[in-house]
Amino acid sequence: MERWSRFNIASVLLGFGFLYLPIVLLVIFSFNESRLVTVWAGFSTKWYSQLWYNESLLNAAWVTVRVAFLSASLATVLGTMAALALVRYSRFRGRVLFSGMVYAPLVMPEVITGLSLLLLFVAIGLDRGFWTITLAHITFTMCFVAVVVQSRLLSFDQSIEEAALDLGATPVRAFFAITLPVIAPAVFSGWVLAFTLSLDDLVIASFTTGPGATTLPMKIYSQVRLGVTPEINAICTILIGIVALGATIASLVTKRREVQRERDERAAFAAIG
Amino acid sequence: MAKLVPALVSRLVIIIPYAWLLFFFLVPFFIVFRISLSQTAIAMPPYTPIFDLAEGLSGVFESMRELSAANYVWLTEDVLYFNAYVSSVVIATVSTFLTLLIGYPIAYGMAKAPRSMRPMLLMMVILPFWTSFLIRVYAWIAILKPEGLLNQFLLAIGIIDQPLIILNTNSAVYIGIVYSYLPFMVLPIYSALEKMDHSLIEAAQDLGCTPIKAFWRVTFPLSLPGVVAGCLLVFIPAVGEFVVPDLLGGSETLMIGKTLWNEFNSNRDWPVSSAVATILLLILVIPIVYFQNVQSKSESGGR
Repeated sequence: MERWSRFNIASVLLGFGFLYLPIVLLVIFSFNESRLVTVWAGFSTKWYSQLWYNESLLNAAWVTVRVAFLSASLATVLGTMAALALVRYSRFRGRVLFSGMVYAPLVMPEVITGLSLLLLFVAIGLDRGFWTITLAHITFTMCFVAVVVQSRLLSFDQSIEEAALDLGATPVRAFFAITLPVIAPAVFSGWVLAFTLSLDDLVIASFTTGPGATTLPMKIYSQVRLGVTPEINAICTILIGIVALGATIASLVTKRREVQRERDERAAFAAIG
Repeated sequence: MAKLVPALVSRLVIIIPYAWLLFFFLVPFFIVFRISLSQTAIAMPPYTPIFDLAEGLSGVFESMRELSAANYVWLTEDVLYFNAYVSSVVIATVSTFLTLLIGYPIAYGMAKAPRSMRPMLLMMVILPFWTSFLIRVYAWIAILKPEGLLNQFLLAIGIIDQPLIILNTNSAVYIGIVYSYLPFMVLPIYSALEKMDHSLIEAAQDLGCTPIKAFWRVTFPLSLPGVVAGCLLVFIPAVGEFVVPDLLGGSETLMIGKTLWNEFNSNRDWPVSSAVATILLLILVIPIVYFQNVQSKSESGGR
Protein backbone atom coordinates (compact mmCIF):
# COMPACT_ATOMS: atom_id res chain seq x y z
CA MET A 1 0.00 0.00 0.00
CA GLU A 2 1.42 3.30 -1.08
CA ARG A 3 1.75 6.19 1.33
CA TRP A 4 -0.36 9.31 0.80
CA SER A 5 2.51 11.55 -0.28
CA ARG A 6 2.90 15.17 0.68
CA PHE A 7 2.42 16.28 -2.91
CA ASN A 8 -0.92 14.49 -3.11
CA ILE A 9 -2.12 15.88 0.21
CA ALA A 10 -1.14 19.38 -0.89
CA SER A 11 -2.95 19.16 -4.23
CA VAL A 12 -6.14 17.88 -2.59
CA LEU A 13 -6.01 20.58 0.10
CA LEU A 14 -5.31 23.39 -2.39
CA GLY A 15 -8.01 22.10 -4.72
CA PHE A 16 -10.61 21.99 -1.97
CA GLY A 17 -9.51 25.40 -0.75
CA PHE A 18 -10.11 26.77 -4.24
CA LEU A 19 -13.51 25.06 -4.42
CA TYR A 20 -14.74 26.15 -1.01
CA LEU A 21 -13.14 29.51 -0.23
CA PRO A 22 -15.48 31.64 -2.39
CA ILE A 23 -18.55 29.95 -0.90
CA VAL A 24 -17.23 30.31 2.65
CA LEU A 25 -16.49 34.01 2.08
CA LEU A 26 -20.00 34.54 0.70
CA VAL A 27 -21.53 32.89 3.77
CA ILE A 28 -19.34 34.93 6.15
CA PHE A 29 -20.23 38.23 4.52
CA SER A 30 -23.95 37.47 4.68
CA PHE A 31 -23.57 38.05 8.44
CA ASN A 32 -21.84 41.38 7.94
CA GLU A 33 -23.28 44.39 9.74
CA SER A 34 -22.18 46.79 7.00
CA ARG A 35 -23.89 47.23 3.68
CA LEU A 36 -20.45 47.10 2.04
CA VAL A 37 -19.95 43.46 1.25
CA THR A 38 -16.16 43.52 1.30
CA VAL A 39 -15.54 45.35 4.56
CA TRP A 40 -16.20 43.50 7.80
CA ALA A 41 -18.08 45.63 10.34
CA GLY A 42 -19.31 43.15 12.91
CA PHE A 43 -21.74 40.27 13.18
CA SER A 44 -25.39 40.75 12.35
CA THR A 45 -28.35 38.73 11.15
CA LYS A 46 -30.34 41.75 10.04
CA TRP A 47 -30.15 40.87 6.33
CA TYR A 48 -31.89 37.59 7.09
CA SER A 49 -34.72 39.20 9.01
CA GLN A 50 -35.20 41.70 6.19
CA LEU A 51 -35.76 38.84 3.75
CA TRP A 52 -39.00 38.00 5.53
CA TYR A 53 -40.51 41.32 4.52
CA ASN A 54 -39.54 41.00 0.87
CA GLU A 55 -42.82 39.73 -0.55
CA SER A 56 -41.74 39.33 -4.18
CA LEU A 57 -38.69 37.36 -3.09
CA LEU A 58 -40.75 34.98 -0.99
CA ASN A 59 -43.17 34.50 -3.90
CA ALA A 60 -40.30 33.69 -6.21
CA ALA A 61 -38.93 31.20 -3.68
CA TRP A 62 -42.32 29.51 -3.43
CA VAL A 63 -42.65 29.23 -7.24
CA THR A 64 -39.11 27.80 -7.42
CA VAL A 65 -39.72 25.16 -4.77
CA ARG A 66 -42.99 24.04 -6.38
CA VAL A 67 -41.38 23.80 -9.83
CA ALA A 68 -38.41 21.92 -8.38
CA PHE A 69 -40.56 19.47 -6.42
CA LEU A 70 -42.89 18.67 -9.32
CA SER A 71 -40.22 18.48 -11.98
CA ALA A 72 -37.84 16.41 -9.83
CA SER A 73 -40.57 13.89 -9.03
CA LEU A 74 -41.63 13.39 -12.65
CA ALA A 75 -38.04 13.48 -13.87
CA THR A 76 -37.20 10.70 -11.40
CA VAL A 77 -39.96 8.47 -12.81
CA LEU A 78 -39.01 9.18 -16.43
CA GLY A 79 -35.27 9.01 -15.76
CA THR A 80 -35.55 5.67 -13.93
CA MET A 81 -37.55 4.28 -16.86
CA ALA A 82 -34.92 5.56 -19.29
CA ALA A 83 -32.16 3.94 -17.22
CA LEU A 84 -34.04 0.63 -17.17
CA ALA A 85 -34.56 0.84 -20.93
CA LEU A 86 -30.84 1.44 -21.50
CA VAL A 87 -29.58 -1.26 -19.15
CA ARG A 88 -32.17 -4.01 -19.66
CA TYR A 89 -32.81 -3.75 -23.38
CA SER A 90 -29.52 -3.95 -25.19
CA ARG A 91 -31.20 -3.78 -28.57
CA PHE A 92 -34.42 -2.17 -29.75
CA ARG A 93 -35.22 -0.06 -32.74
CA GLY A 94 -33.72 3.40 -32.38
CA ARG A 95 -31.62 2.59 -29.29
CA VAL A 96 -28.69 4.65 -30.58
CA LEU A 97 -30.94 7.67 -31.01
CA PHE A 98 -32.44 7.06 -27.57
CA SER A 99 -29.10 6.88 -25.74
CA GLY A 100 -28.03 9.94 -27.72
CA MET A 101 -31.06 11.86 -26.48
CA VAL A 102 -30.31 10.78 -22.90
CA TYR A 103 -26.66 11.89 -22.97
CA ALA A 104 -26.85 15.02 -25.14
CA PRO A 105 -28.82 17.16 -22.65
CA LEU A 106 -26.04 16.61 -20.07
CA VAL A 107 -23.65 18.77 -22.08
CA MET A 108 -26.01 20.83 -24.23
CA PRO A 109 -25.44 24.57 -23.66
CA GLU A 110 -28.41 25.90 -21.71
CA VAL A 111 -29.09 28.73 -24.14
CA ILE A 112 -29.82 26.16 -26.87
CA THR A 113 -32.07 23.99 -24.68
CA GLY A 114 -33.90 27.07 -23.41
CA LEU A 115 -34.46 28.64 -26.81
CA SER A 116 -35.56 25.40 -28.48
CA LEU A 117 -38.05 24.56 -25.72
CA LEU A 118 -39.48 28.06 -25.82
CA LEU A 119 -40.01 27.82 -29.58
CA LEU A 120 -41.71 24.45 -29.08
CA PHE A 121 -44.09 25.88 -26.48
CA VAL A 122 -44.92 28.81 -28.73
CA ALA A 123 -45.43 26.53 -31.75
CA ILE A 124 -47.91 24.31 -29.91
CA GLY A 125 -49.60 27.34 -28.37
CA LEU A 126 -48.95 26.53 -24.72
CA ASP A 127 -49.33 29.47 -22.34
CA ARG A 128 -45.93 30.23 -20.89
CA GLY A 129 -45.47 30.29 -17.13
CA PHE A 130 -45.28 27.82 -14.27
CA TRP A 131 -46.08 24.74 -16.35
CA THR A 132 -43.72 25.45 -19.19
CA ILE A 133 -40.81 25.91 -16.76
CA THR A 134 -41.78 22.62 -15.11
CA LEU A 135 -41.91 20.75 -18.43
CA ALA A 136 -38.54 22.19 -19.44
CA HIS A 137 -36.97 21.21 -16.12
CA ILE A 138 -38.35 17.66 -16.32
CA THR A 139 -36.76 17.29 -19.75
CA PHE A 140 -33.23 18.29 -18.83
CA THR A 141 -33.11 16.83 -15.30
CA MET A 142 -34.50 13.39 -16.25
CA CYS A 143 -31.28 12.71 -18.15
CA PHE A 144 -29.19 13.33 -15.01
CA VAL A 145 -31.47 10.96 -13.08
CA ALA A 146 -31.10 8.38 -15.86
CA VAL A 147 -27.29 8.46 -15.63
CA VAL A 148 -27.27 8.17 -11.81
CA VAL A 149 -29.76 5.27 -11.76
CA GLN A 150 -28.11 3.58 -14.73
CA SER A 151 -24.76 3.34 -12.97
CA ARG A 152 -26.46 1.65 -10.00
CA LEU A 153 -28.40 -0.76 -12.23
CA LEU A 154 -25.18 -1.83 -13.95
CA SER A 155 -23.72 -3.13 -10.69
CA PHE A 156 -27.02 -4.73 -9.64
CA ASP A 157 -27.07 -8.51 -9.58
CA GLN A 158 -29.77 -9.26 -12.15
CA SER A 159 -30.03 -12.92 -11.25
CA ILE A 160 -32.21 -11.99 -8.27
CA GLU A 161 -34.82 -10.45 -10.51
CA GLU A 162 -34.50 -13.30 -12.97
CA ALA A 163 -35.14 -15.73 -10.11
CA ALA A 164 -38.33 -13.83 -9.24
CA LEU A 165 -39.45 -14.03 -12.86
CA ASP A 166 -38.70 -17.76 -13.00
CA LEU A 167 -40.85 -18.22 -9.93
CA GLY A 168 -43.75 -16.62 -11.72
CA ALA A 169 -43.67 -12.97 -10.67
CA THR A 170 -44.77 -10.53 -13.36
CA PRO A 171 -42.03 -8.12 -14.54
CA VAL A 172 -43.88 -5.25 -12.90
CA ARG A 173 -44.17 -7.07 -9.60
CA ALA A 174 -40.55 -8.24 -9.76
CA PHE A 175 -39.46 -4.66 -10.37
CA PHE A 176 -41.37 -3.21 -7.41
CA ALA A 177 -40.60 -6.08 -5.02
CA ILE A 178 -36.96 -6.74 -5.89
CA THR A 179 -35.24 -4.16 -8.06
CA LEU A 180 -36.71 -0.92 -6.79
CA PRO A 181 -35.83 -1.49 -3.11
CA VAL A 182 -32.23 -2.22 -4.10
CA ILE A 183 -31.78 0.75 -6.42
CA ALA A 184 -33.82 3.07 -4.16
CA PRO A 185 -30.78 5.02 -2.85
CA ALA A 186 -29.71 5.81 -6.42
CA VAL A 187 -33.26 6.80 -7.34
CA PHE A 188 -33.36 9.02 -4.27
CA SER A 189 -30.04 10.72 -5.05
CA GLY A 190 -31.31 11.17 -8.61
CA TRP A 191 -34.34 12.97 -7.20
CA VAL A 192 -32.17 15.21 -4.99
CA LEU A 193 -29.92 16.01 -7.94
CA ALA A 194 -32.91 16.85 -10.16
CA PHE A 195 -34.39 18.99 -7.39
CA THR A 196 -31.20 21.04 -6.89
CA LEU A 197 -30.63 21.41 -10.66
CA SER A 198 -34.13 22.77 -11.03
CA LEU A 199 -33.69 25.00 -7.98
CA ASP A 200 -30.55 26.51 -9.52
CA ASP A 201 -31.49 26.92 -13.13
CA LEU A 202 -31.48 30.46 -14.48
CA VAL A 203 -31.07 30.23 -18.25
CA ILE A 204 -33.67 27.62 -19.19
CA ALA A 205 -36.23 29.11 -16.79
CA SER A 206 -35.67 32.60 -18.20
CA PHE A 207 -36.37 31.40 -21.73
CA THR A 208 -39.43 29.31 -20.93
CA THR A 209 -41.11 31.52 -18.35
CA GLY A 210 -44.07 33.75 -18.95
CA PRO A 211 -45.78 36.59 -17.13
CA GLY A 212 -46.30 35.91 -13.44
CA ALA A 213 -43.79 33.10 -13.00
CA THR A 214 -40.51 34.45 -11.67
CA THR A 215 -38.15 31.96 -10.07
CA LEU A 216 -35.61 32.70 -7.37
CA PRO A 217 -32.54 32.46 -9.65
CA MET A 218 -34.19 34.95 -12.02
CA LYS A 219 -34.81 37.26 -9.08
CA ILE A 220 -31.22 36.86 -7.82
CA TYR A 221 -29.85 37.43 -11.31
CA SER A 222 -31.72 40.68 -11.83
CA GLN A 223 -30.43 41.94 -8.44
CA VAL A 224 -26.86 40.75 -9.02
CA ARG A 225 -26.68 42.84 -12.17
CA LEU A 226 -27.19 45.88 -9.98
CA GLY A 227 -24.33 44.90 -7.67
CA VAL A 228 -23.40 42.68 -4.76
CA THR A 229 -25.61 43.22 -1.73
CA PRO A 230 -25.76 41.51 1.67
CA GLU A 231 -29.40 40.51 1.03
CA ILE A 232 -28.35 38.39 -1.93
CA ASN A 233 -25.59 36.87 0.19
CA ALA A 234 -28.22 35.98 2.78
CA ILE A 235 -30.55 34.29 0.22
CA CYS A 236 -27.61 32.44 -1.27
CA THR A 237 -26.51 31.25 2.18
CA ILE A 238 -29.99 29.88 2.86
CA LEU A 239 -29.99 28.06 -0.49
CA ILE A 240 -26.52 26.64 0.18
CA GLY A 241 -27.72 25.48 3.58
CA ILE A 242 -30.70 23.68 2.05
CA VAL A 243 -28.51 21.99 -0.55
CA ALA A 244 -25.89 20.98 2.03
CA LEU A 245 -28.61 19.52 4.25
CA GLY A 246 -30.16 17.62 1.33
CA ALA A 247 -26.79 16.29 0.25
CA THR A 248 -25.92 15.17 3.77
CA ILE A 249 -29.24 13.35 4.14
CA ALA A 250 -28.81 11.75 0.71
CA SER A 251 -25.32 10.53 1.55
CA LEU A 252 -26.36 9.23 4.97
CA VAL A 253 -29.26 7.31 3.40
CA THR A 254 -26.93 5.92 0.74
CA LYS A 255 -24.33 4.92 3.31
CA ARG A 256 -26.85 3.19 5.56
CA ARG A 257 -28.24 1.47 2.49
CA GLU A 258 -24.80 0.38 1.29
CA VAL A 259 -24.28 -1.39 4.59
CA GLN A 260 -27.66 -3.06 4.26
CA ARG A 261 -27.25 -3.80 0.59
CA GLU A 262 -26.00 -7.34 0.80
CA ARG A 263 -28.51 -8.13 3.52
CA ASP A 264 -31.24 -6.76 1.24
CA GLU A 265 -30.16 -8.81 -1.71
CA ARG A 266 -30.13 -11.90 0.48
CA ALA A 267 -33.53 -10.98 1.91
CA ALA A 268 -34.80 -10.62 -1.64
CA PHE A 269 -33.81 -14.21 -2.33
CA ALA A 270 -35.65 -15.25 0.79
CA ALA A 271 -38.75 -13.28 -0.24
CA ILE A 272 -39.17 -15.10 -3.50
CA GLY A 273 -38.07 -18.47 -2.14
CA MET B 1 -53.36 -12.45 -23.98
CA ALA B 2 -52.12 -12.95 -20.43
CA LYS B 3 -48.57 -12.88 -21.75
CA LEU B 4 -49.16 -9.90 -23.99
CA VAL B 5 -50.03 -7.45 -21.25
CA PRO B 6 -46.75 -7.73 -19.27
CA ALA B 7 -44.79 -7.56 -22.53
CA LEU B 8 -46.58 -4.34 -23.37
CA VAL B 9 -45.99 -2.96 -19.89
CA SER B 10 -42.25 -3.58 -20.13
CA ARG B 11 -42.24 -1.96 -23.56
CA LEU B 12 -43.73 1.14 -21.93
CA VAL B 13 -40.46 1.53 -20.01
CA ILE B 14 -38.87 2.30 -23.36
CA ILE B 15 -41.78 4.02 -25.07
CA ILE B 16 -42.62 6.66 -22.46
CA PRO B 17 -39.17 8.25 -21.95
CA TYR B 18 -38.46 7.81 -25.67
CA ALA B 19 -41.59 9.70 -26.67
CA TRP B 20 -40.92 12.38 -24.06
CA LEU B 21 -37.38 13.03 -25.30
CA LEU B 22 -38.43 12.95 -28.94
CA PHE B 23 -41.09 15.55 -28.33
CA PHE B 24 -39.29 17.82 -25.85
CA PHE B 25 -35.71 17.42 -26.98
CA LEU B 26 -35.48 16.44 -30.64
CA VAL B 27 -38.55 18.08 -32.19
CA PRO B 28 -37.64 21.53 -30.76
CA PHE B 29 -34.39 21.50 -32.76
CA PHE B 30 -36.35 21.17 -35.99
CA ILE B 31 -38.54 24.06 -34.92
CA VAL B 32 -35.43 26.15 -34.19
CA PHE B 33 -34.09 25.30 -37.63
CA ARG B 34 -37.40 26.09 -39.28
CA ILE B 35 -37.70 29.46 -37.55
CA SER B 36 -34.11 30.34 -38.41
CA LEU B 37 -35.33 30.31 -42.01
CA SER B 38 -38.26 32.64 -41.30
CA GLN B 39 -38.34 36.35 -41.39
CA THR B 40 -38.70 38.67 -38.46
CA ALA B 41 -42.20 40.05 -38.18
CA ILE B 42 -43.68 42.55 -35.80
CA ALA B 43 -46.18 40.21 -34.25
CA MET B 44 -46.47 37.72 -31.42
CA PRO B 45 -44.68 35.36 -31.92
CA PRO B 46 -42.29 37.66 -33.79
CA TYR B 47 -41.71 35.66 -36.96
CA THR B 48 -43.64 34.74 -40.08
CA PRO B 49 -45.84 31.70 -39.37
CA ILE B 50 -44.40 28.20 -39.76
CA PHE B 51 -47.27 26.67 -41.69
CA ASP B 52 -50.68 28.03 -42.40
CA LEU B 53 -52.66 24.83 -42.09
CA ALA B 54 -55.93 26.62 -42.78
CA GLU B 55 -54.92 27.01 -46.40
CA GLY B 56 -54.30 23.30 -46.84
CA LEU B 57 -51.51 21.84 -48.91
CA SER B 58 -51.11 24.93 -51.06
CA GLY B 59 -50.60 26.94 -47.88
CA VAL B 60 -47.76 24.61 -46.88
CA PHE B 61 -46.11 25.05 -50.28
CA GLU B 62 -46.66 28.77 -50.05
CA SER B 63 -44.83 28.97 -46.72
CA MET B 64 -42.07 26.73 -48.10
CA ARG B 65 -41.45 29.26 -50.79
CA GLU B 66 -41.07 31.97 -48.20
CA LEU B 67 -38.18 30.19 -46.51
CA SER B 68 -35.04 32.19 -46.79
CA ALA B 69 -31.46 31.97 -45.75
CA ALA B 70 -31.46 35.71 -45.10
CA ASN B 71 -30.65 35.26 -41.39
CA TYR B 72 -27.61 33.15 -42.19
CA VAL B 73 -26.44 35.68 -44.76
CA TRP B 74 -26.88 38.33 -42.08
CA LEU B 75 -24.68 36.32 -39.69
CA THR B 76 -21.88 36.15 -42.24
CA GLU B 77 -22.14 39.86 -43.06
CA ASP B 78 -21.70 41.05 -39.50
CA VAL B 79 -18.19 40.16 -38.35
CA LEU B 80 -19.36 40.36 -34.72
CA TYR B 81 -21.00 36.94 -34.92
CA PHE B 82 -17.97 35.28 -36.49
CA ASN B 83 -15.71 36.78 -33.83
CA ALA B 84 -18.09 35.65 -31.09
CA TYR B 85 -18.02 32.04 -32.34
CA VAL B 86 -14.23 32.00 -32.65
CA SER B 87 -13.66 33.64 -29.28
CA SER B 88 -16.13 31.27 -27.56
CA VAL B 89 -14.26 28.25 -28.91
CA VAL B 90 -10.90 29.78 -27.92
CA ILE B 91 -12.06 30.68 -24.41
CA ALA B 92 -13.62 27.22 -23.95
CA THR B 93 -10.46 25.49 -25.19
CA VAL B 94 -8.12 27.46 -22.94
CA SER B 95 -10.44 27.01 -19.93
CA THR B 96 -10.69 23.27 -20.58
CA PHE B 97 -6.91 23.01 -20.62
CA LEU B 98 -6.58 25.05 -17.40
CA THR B 99 -9.29 22.95 -15.73
CA LEU B 100 -7.41 19.78 -16.69
CA LEU B 101 -4.17 21.23 -15.34
CA ILE B 102 -5.79 22.02 -11.98
CA GLY B 103 -8.21 19.10 -11.86
CA TYR B 104 -5.81 16.26 -12.61
CA PRO B 105 -3.60 16.66 -9.52
CA ILE B 106 -6.73 16.90 -7.35
CA ALA B 107 -8.19 13.71 -8.83
CA TYR B 108 -4.81 12.01 -8.54
CA GLY B 109 -4.40 13.04 -4.92
CA MET B 110 -7.92 11.82 -4.14
CA ALA B 111 -7.31 8.45 -5.79
CA LYS B 112 -4.15 8.03 -3.69
CA ALA B 113 -5.89 8.95 -0.44
CA PRO B 114 -6.48 6.26 2.20
CA ARG B 115 -9.47 4.17 1.15
CA SER B 116 -11.49 5.15 4.22
CA MET B 117 -11.26 8.85 3.33
CA ARG B 118 -12.26 8.53 -0.31
CA PRO B 119 -16.07 8.61 0.05
CA MET B 120 -15.81 11.83 2.06
CA LEU B 121 -13.45 13.43 -0.47
CA LEU B 122 -15.76 12.39 -3.28
CA MET B 123 -18.73 13.93 -1.48
CA MET B 124 -16.77 17.16 -1.04
CA VAL B 125 -16.15 17.42 -4.79
CA ILE B 126 -19.78 16.71 -5.64
CA LEU B 127 -21.22 19.16 -3.11
CA PRO B 128 -20.26 22.38 -4.96
CA PHE B 129 -21.81 20.88 -8.09
CA TRP B 130 -25.10 20.74 -6.21
CA THR B 131 -24.74 24.35 -5.12
CA SER B 132 -26.17 26.90 -7.47
CA PHE B 133 -24.02 27.75 -10.46
CA LEU B 134 -25.29 31.32 -10.28
CA ILE B 135 -24.30 31.64 -6.62
CA ARG B 136 -20.82 30.23 -7.21
CA VAL B 137 -20.19 32.68 -10.04
CA TYR B 138 -21.67 35.51 -8.02
CA ALA B 139 -19.32 34.73 -5.11
CA TRP B 140 -16.37 35.64 -7.32
CA ILE B 141 -17.60 39.20 -7.94
CA ALA B 142 -16.92 40.21 -4.34
CA ILE B 143 -13.49 38.57 -4.53
CA LEU B 144 -12.28 39.92 -7.86
CA LYS B 145 -13.53 43.49 -7.95
CA PRO B 146 -10.97 46.31 -7.59
CA GLU B 147 -11.83 46.94 -3.91
CA GLY B 148 -12.57 43.23 -3.45
CA LEU B 149 -11.15 40.64 -1.09
CA LEU B 150 -8.32 39.42 -3.33
CA ASN B 151 -6.97 42.93 -3.86
CA GLN B 152 -7.35 43.77 -0.17
CA PHE B 153 -5.35 40.67 0.68
CA LEU B 154 -2.61 41.25 -1.89
CA LEU B 155 -2.29 44.92 -0.90
CA ALA B 156 -2.12 44.00 2.79
CA ILE B 157 0.75 41.57 2.34
CA GLY B 158 2.49 44.00 0.02
CA ILE B 159 2.73 41.97 -3.19
CA ILE B 160 1.07 44.73 -5.20
CA ASP B 161 0.80 48.46 -4.51
CA GLN B 162 -2.26 49.15 -6.60
CA PRO B 163 -5.34 47.01 -7.13
CA LEU B 164 -5.37 44.54 -10.01
CA ILE B 165 -8.19 44.95 -12.49
CA ILE B 166 -9.55 41.44 -12.93
CA LEU B 167 -13.33 41.73 -12.81
CA ASN B 168 -14.94 42.43 -16.20
CA THR B 169 -11.97 41.08 -18.13
CA ASN B 170 -11.35 37.78 -19.87
CA SER B 171 -9.17 36.62 -16.95
CA ALA B 172 -12.24 36.71 -14.74
CA VAL B 173 -14.12 34.62 -17.33
CA TYR B 174 -11.34 32.01 -17.24
CA ILE B 175 -11.39 31.93 -13.44
CA GLY B 176 -15.18 31.63 -13.46
CA ILE B 177 -15.30 28.77 -15.99
CA VAL B 178 -12.44 26.83 -14.38
CA TYR B 179 -14.04 27.23 -10.97
CA SER B 180 -17.58 26.26 -11.97
CA TYR B 181 -16.61 23.30 -14.14
CA LEU B 182 -13.80 21.87 -11.97
CA PRO B 183 -15.95 19.08 -10.43
CA PHE B 184 -16.89 17.89 -13.96
CA MET B 185 -13.18 17.39 -14.67
CA VAL B 186 -12.18 15.86 -11.32
CA LEU B 187 -14.95 13.22 -11.11
CA PRO B 188 -14.33 11.25 -14.34
CA ILE B 189 -10.54 11.38 -13.91
CA TYR B 190 -10.86 10.22 -10.31
CA SER B 191 -13.07 7.28 -11.25
CA ALA B 192 -10.61 6.26 -13.99
CA LEU B 193 -7.64 6.49 -11.60
CA GLU B 194 -9.43 4.76 -8.76
CA LYS B 195 -10.20 1.70 -10.89
CA MET B 196 -6.55 1.41 -11.89
CA ASP B 197 -4.59 -1.63 -10.84
CA HIS B 198 -1.73 -0.35 -8.72
CA SER B 199 0.45 -3.37 -9.41
CA LEU B 200 0.97 -2.09 -12.97
CA ILE B 201 2.96 0.87 -11.62
CA GLU B 202 4.93 -1.37 -9.32
CA ALA B 203 5.72 -3.56 -12.30
CA ALA B 204 6.88 -0.56 -14.31
CA GLN B 205 9.07 0.62 -11.44
CA ASP B 206 10.48 -2.86 -10.90
CA LEU B 207 11.45 -2.85 -14.56
CA GLY B 208 13.44 0.33 -13.97
CA CYS B 209 11.03 3.18 -14.71
CA THR B 210 11.47 6.33 -12.64
CA PRO B 211 8.23 7.39 -10.89
CA ILE B 212 7.78 10.24 -13.38
CA LYS B 213 8.34 7.99 -16.36
CA ALA B 214 5.99 5.39 -14.86
CA PHE B 215 3.34 8.09 -14.56
CA TRP B 216 3.58 9.14 -18.22
CA ARG B 217 3.95 5.59 -19.53
CA VAL B 218 1.36 3.81 -17.38
CA THR B 219 -0.85 5.99 -15.19
CA PHE B 220 -1.66 8.77 -17.63
CA PRO B 221 -2.57 6.56 -20.61
CA LEU B 222 -4.81 4.46 -18.36
CA SER B 223 -6.58 7.57 -17.07
CA LEU B 224 -7.10 8.87 -20.61
CA PRO B 225 -10.80 7.84 -20.86
CA GLY B 226 -11.48 9.93 -17.74
CA VAL B 227 -9.47 12.84 -19.12
CA VAL B 228 -11.38 12.74 -22.42
CA ALA B 229 -14.78 12.56 -20.67
CA GLY B 230 -13.80 15.40 -18.32
CA CYS B 231 -12.57 17.64 -21.14
CA LEU B 232 -15.79 17.13 -23.11
CA LEU B 233 -17.94 17.77 -20.03
CA VAL B 234 -16.16 21.11 -19.62
CA PHE B 235 -15.62 22.15 -23.23
CA ILE B 236 -19.09 21.62 -24.72
CA PRO B 237 -21.17 23.60 -22.19
CA ALA B 238 -18.41 26.21 -21.85
CA VAL B 239 -18.67 27.16 -25.54
CA GLY B 240 -22.29 28.20 -25.02
CA GLU B 241 -21.77 29.58 -21.51
CA PHE B 242 -23.89 32.62 -20.64
CA VAL B 243 -23.81 33.26 -16.88
CA VAL B 244 -20.02 33.48 -16.50
CA PRO B 245 -19.28 35.95 -19.36
CA ASP B 246 -22.34 37.98 -18.42
CA LEU B 247 -21.49 38.41 -14.73
CA LEU B 248 -17.68 38.29 -14.74
CA GLY B 249 -16.76 39.33 -18.28
CA GLY B 250 -16.47 42.82 -19.65
CA SER B 251 -16.99 44.63 -22.92
CA GLU B 252 -13.98 42.83 -24.41
CA THR B 253 -15.56 39.44 -23.67
CA LEU B 254 -17.30 38.14 -26.74
CA MET B 255 -19.12 34.85 -26.27
CA ILE B 256 -21.85 33.39 -28.42
CA GLY B 257 -24.11 32.36 -25.52
CA LYS B 258 -24.29 35.99 -24.47
CA THR B 259 -24.81 37.15 -28.06
CA LEU B 260 -27.71 34.72 -28.43
CA TRP B 261 -29.25 35.87 -25.15
CA ASN B 262 -29.03 39.54 -26.14
CA GLU B 263 -30.36 38.88 -29.63
CA PHE B 264 -33.31 37.14 -28.06
CA ASN B 265 -34.05 39.26 -24.99
CA SER B 266 -32.98 42.75 -26.03
CA ASN B 267 -33.47 42.75 -29.79
CA ARG B 268 -36.41 40.31 -29.71
CA ASP B 269 -35.12 38.88 -32.97
CA TRP B 270 -36.20 35.25 -32.73
CA PRO B 271 -35.25 34.17 -36.26
CA VAL B 272 -31.70 35.50 -35.92
CA SER B 273 -31.26 33.93 -32.48
CA SER B 274 -32.50 30.64 -33.96
CA ALA B 275 -29.89 30.92 -36.70
CA VAL B 276 -27.20 31.64 -34.06
CA ALA B 277 -28.33 28.55 -32.10
CA THR B 278 -28.38 26.35 -35.22
CA ILE B 279 -24.78 27.23 -36.10
CA LEU B 280 -23.66 26.79 -32.47
CA LEU B 281 -25.23 23.34 -32.53
CA LEU B 282 -23.44 22.51 -35.79
CA ILE B 283 -20.12 23.49 -34.19
CA LEU B 284 -20.85 21.28 -31.18
CA VAL B 285 -22.29 18.28 -33.03
CA ILE B 286 -18.95 16.50 -33.40
CA PRO B 287 -17.87 16.85 -29.76
CA ILE B 288 -21.39 15.90 -28.58
CA VAL B 289 -21.50 12.74 -30.70
CA TYR B 290 -17.99 11.91 -29.51
CA PHE B 291 -19.14 12.40 -25.90
CA GLN B 292 -22.06 10.03 -26.48
CA ASN B 293 -19.70 7.37 -27.80
CA VAL B 294 -17.45 7.75 -24.77
CA GLN B 295 -20.50 7.48 -22.50
CA SER B 296 -21.97 4.40 -24.20
CA LYS B 297 -18.57 2.73 -24.14
CA SER B 298 -18.17 3.32 -20.41
CA GLU B 299 -21.73 2.05 -19.96
CA SER B 300 -21.03 -1.26 -21.70
CA GLY B 301 -17.58 -1.45 -20.09
CA GLY B 302 -19.22 -1.49 -16.68
CA ARG B 303 -20.90 -4.84 -17.30
